[in-house]
Amino acid sequence: MSLDDERSESDGSFSPGANGGGSSTELVRLADRVFSVKKRFLAMYKRANAGHVGSSLSCAELLVFLKYAWMRDDDTFILSKGHAVAALYALLVEANLLDPRQLDTFYGEGTLLPALPPVNALEEIPFATGSLGHGLSLCVGMALGAALNRRPRRFFCLTSDGELDEGSIWEAALFLAHRKLDNVVWLIDRNRIQGMGSTEEVLALEPVDAKLRAFGFHVVVAQGHDFASLLAARDECLRVQAARRVPVAIIANTIKGNGIRHMEDTVASHYLPMDDAQYRQVLDELTRAHAAATGRNAG
Amino acid sequence: MRDEFVRAMLALHEERRDLVFITGDVGYMALEGIEAAFGERFINAGVAEQNMVSLAAGLAREGHQTWLYSIAPFVVLRPYEQIRTDVCLHELPVKLVGNGGGYGYGIMGATHHALEDVGVMRALPNMRVYLPLTATDVDQAVTLMAADPLANYLRLNTVVPISGEVAPFAPWRRLKSGRTTVVIGMGPVLGNVYELADQELLDELEIWSVGTLPLEDLPVELVASLAEKRRVVIIEEHYRACGLAESLSHLFLRQGVCPRSFTSLHAKGYPSGRYGSQRWHQEESGLAGQPLRAQLQQVVRG
Repeated sequence: MSLDDERSESDGSFSPGANGGGSSTELVRLADRVFSVKKRFLAMYKRANAGHVGSSLSCAELLVFLKYAWMRDDDTFILSKGHAVAALYALLVEANLLDPRQLDTFYGEGTLLPALPPVNALEEIPFATGSLGHGLSLCVGMALGAALNRRPRRFFCLTSDGELDEGSIWEAALFLAHRKLDNVVWLIDRNRIQGMGSTEEVLALEPVDAKLRAFGFHVVVAQGHDFASLLAARDECLRVQAARRVPVAIIANTIKGNGIRHMEDTVASHYLPMDDAQYRQVLDELTRAHAAATGRNAG
Repeated sequence: MRDEFVRAMLALHEERRDLVFITGDVGYMALEGIEAAFGERFINAGVAEQNMVSLAAGLAREGHQTWLYSIAPFVVLRPYEQIRTDVCLHELPVKLVGNGGGYGYGIMGATHHALEDVGVMRALPNMRVYLPLTATDVDQAVTLMAADPLANYLRLNTVVPISGEVAPFAPWRRLKSGRTTVVIGMGPVLGNVYELADQELLDELEIWSVGTLPLEDLPVELVASLAEKRRVVIIEEHYRACGLAESLSHLFLRQGVCPRSFTSLHAKGYPSGRYGSQRWHQEESGLAGQPLRAQLQQVVRG
């Protein structure tokens, strides 16, 4: 089954531009980027025999989208769901902000790249996150600080959805909405799976969009593996914030373990590493899906 | 000490413009002056201490020295993991200010007391605790904190007068000399010893005040006094666990100080299950009044 087939079943489209955002060229460029990033972090996970593969696959498109389609050089990103940091390390290498040789040390003794973000080790990772529920508040603090410094920087925070169980998230949301901070963009990786089961079985979150709207956010629901949908969400946020001062949140519907049949929508993909056969299968599926998505022959 | 703290913050704000002051929605009829002076740099974060601490870490990362103010247990215990992870691990200069250390909030009851605050704060990396003794100390402590690159916790408490001249705020201060027994304390509870107004007893006591934690080496003069007198009493409005006495016992072992008697006077919580003023709780723990006098006399008599 190709990634294209999966999209047809899950959210109805993955055709470039189908949801209204981005040129075909831009969408292919982004697809190439995320393909490269995924290959990098899958190799890291395999080499390290480590888990959290599904978590990184859930947010890979979101990271590439932010880095290559929204953020400027002086903007700041906080990966509040720090357990997906392998995807961030891979993205930093992709963007020439981290020496690729560092990736070989992932999980190793004496590494600067542990399983969750390190403290004060990389300029592009300002805070060691992964203890869930911290990232949004940190982003808001930095955003306030930049505003006091009269600097027009923007701050992007990606939380998971299981993370929304944390009370501190809602403290931050209250504050962000109350202050109408428009230099923070909050993305939620809504894959509907958390540590021990589905988010709705463990501690029901729905309706997330209505809750955030009630807080005062302008909420955009997007398909988190579809760059066209994400670009349209970006454009809507920019359009709304140009008209009025309002905090924005993007709920990105995603699939844990996206694109890999044996991982998709499973709790196991949060924890389990890949054996050799699975890794070969993963790369094969990924390559075929990328070829289909970009209209190229997988060869 | 709260009023002195407000004055100190206003004076500090005159000197430097990188300060941000955040309250967790406390400080009615106390912080209005700071709010007026700080303008957009004064933030009431609401009753949301976890967010407040992480906000402060983010602000500090952007170059703002951020002071957080609340009732002691709410600024220390509620957001403890945020303090550990976002502030201390990242070595950010966030200044936590807890009003009502110890039994300071008296009849408000156990939820508003802080009997373990110093212990949990001194356990953190890149954190220094400041423990003013007198009203004058507060301004000096604030000045030192502002220059301290580490995260800090300032424990404010109710001042109890100390007779005689008191040296400027410092990590160690000898308040008075005495014949037979060394008393070491942190914070205004030391004033309860003076308040006994028992000159005969006071003449026996050499009294030292600890102003900051973690402790550095014992002062040479204190080591000499301990070697000569060999009786020591530690007094703290704090549980014994992780408190001053435990801190000092480690230093004593490390520096080979071996007193003949070592008495820890500390908060014992709520032994009767009843509530009262700060003074009432101190007396119930043997930290004030006749219970304090009796324990000190027993040590002095050997």
